[in-house]
Amino acid sequence: MANKPMLPELMKAHGVSRRGFLKYCASLTSLMALSPAMMPRVAHALENAPRPSVIWLSFQECTGCTESITRSHAPTIEDLIFNAVSLDYHHTLQAASGHQAEAAREQAMKDNWGKYVLVVDGSIPIKDEGFSCIAGISNLQMLKDTAEGAAAIVSVGTCAAFGGIPHANPNPTGAVAVSEIIKDKPIINVPGCPPIPVVMTGVLAHILTFGIPELDELGRPKAFYGETIHDRCYRRPFYDKGMFAEGFDDEGAREGWCLYKLGCKGPTTKSVCATVKWNNGTSFPIEAGHPCLGCTEPDFWDNGGFYKPLSVPAGDYRKLGLAAVGAGAVAGAAGAVLARAGKSKAAAAHENVDAHDLEKKS
Amino acid sequence: MNNPNFDLLMWARGPGFDIALIIFVAGVVLRIVEIVILGRKKDLAPAKGSPVGQGIKTIFSRSIPRKGLVQYAPITYIGGYIFHIGFFVAFFFFGAHIVFLDELLSFSQWWPDAISFQWPAFGRVIIESAVALSVLAMIALMYTRLSDPVRKALSTFDDYLVWVLSILPMVTGYIAVNKLFGDPVFMMALHILSVELLMIAFPFTKLMHAFTFVMARYYNGSIQGRKGAES
Repeated sequence: MANKPMLPELMKAHGVSRRGFLKYCASLTSLMALSPAMMPRVAHALENAPRPSVIWLSFQECTGCTESITRSHAPTIEDLIFNAVSLDYHHTLQAASGHQAEAAREQAMKDNWGKYVLVVDGSIPIKDEGFSCIAGISNLQMLKDTAEGAAAIVSVGTCAAFGGIPHANPNPTGAVAVSEIIKDKPIINVPGCPPIPVVMTGVLAHILTFGIPELDELGRPKAFYGETIHDRCYRRPFYDKGMFAEGFDDEGAREGWCLYKLGCKGPTTKSVCATVKWNNGTSFPIEAGHPCLGCTEPDFWDNGGFYKPLSVPAGDYRKLGLAAVGAGAVAGAAGAVLARAGKSKAAAAHENVDAHDLEKKS
Repeated sequence: MNNPNFDLLMWARGPGFDIALIIFVAGVVLRIVEIVILGRKKDLAPAKGSPVGQGIKTIFSRSIPRKGLVQYAPITYIGGYIFHIGFFVAFFFFGAHIVFLDELLSFSQWWPDAISFQWPAFGRVIIESAVALSVLAMIALMYTRLSDPVRKALSTFDDYLVWVLSILPMVTGYIAVNKLFGDPVFMMALHILSVELLMIAFPFTKLMHAFTFVMARYYNGSIQGRKGAES
């Protein structure tokens, strides 16, 4: 893609100073959990990295992930990083539509076969391929075709990474994650509903500079999904002190106490929400007074209710418990009656025996 | 894609808990109903005093050791106190447990305006110190059980099983909250599963004393009271 400018020209065009660029590289280095000594390498790599072609496929999704990434601190250096890649296909962002759009995708695939990065948001219906189509091509087919020539796949958002909301019970479309279909390509899961913009750009920057980042067992980059929200939450001291909000408008809620009892999933959710935060570092859901929903975890929609605390039973146990009381009482009474009957029977069958009788018997 | 650790946690919170709850509740009710219905032989001798006063008094007075016994078996008594108090503090005053008990017994549901019925939670320092002391006390108690030949000879499988089942929730809970090792979600699941094992074994082991001690002590005290004696 020789006709597309490299990063230094883009920097100039956006009025970003060298100092500003290096500051961004420093924050990116720390965000990716790399040693500070790696910062010059990040800068060097970003300056000299060839601009890879990126094809962005949107399947069963709400466009929230695209909304999130396009509204990232714009217009700053993050979208410059986005300009550092060649986004050759993206429904929402591209001007072309219909067959022309598909032609652009096919051209990009052909020109960069084996080298392009495939970004997917949204899940793929497999119950019936026809449930979700683009230009007459089913999502399943488009994913298979496009993944074939990809160097790596980034599953952006919980739908693409784990199935997300379309996958939630009863999953009428048979929605699955990208990793359920594509098995022979490196897949980086960037879950979140939506993911934090800087996490998406950070992952792309990592691929650009150092290749595939280190992933956890769920395919998530460890740099962004290594710790739970609970561990980094500014309300954690209240949890440790045993101070909890009991309702959304009680004294505890107003004082900013821990939201555990209101169903916060922070203790089981890995994300950098509490440190990187949202909207240019303004706040994150817990800071806004709402418990974490756990959106970076698989099946977050079905994990026992958003407002049920993690320590509370998830099933409908109440009826079972009452039935158990009844069954226990009946069984106990029956046991006692049987024992009493046995006792009376033994008393009735009692024979007086003296020493002479015993002697006779022996 | 699934997270097997989260699936395990959801199983522990869902079907696992249901199974444990049914066995626990049915088992405890069965045993108490059986004991009450079986009753005792009627005492035909004329009563020389009131059985009720001494009975109620004994429920509490038996919590205090008899003179000289603390010196005679210090680890058993002091360790026993520390374990029981520590276990109670951790079980009834940890925030996550309070909300669990409230949900289970529906305090907030019976008194909708009384969400504040939930009692205040203790801080982490108190809870974790209580758990640590409890675990140390249990280890000391097991040491005396094994080192004293008489106690060792008297110990049955039931004693060792109950010891393991009682110490597991405290150890797994401590690890889960402090994220000492392992995946925190997996450790949380393990903690809940260990409690479920305790619940299942509860009605069929000496753990039943948590309910029956009241009846047993009252019975003993009331016998003395009826005879006109102090218990």
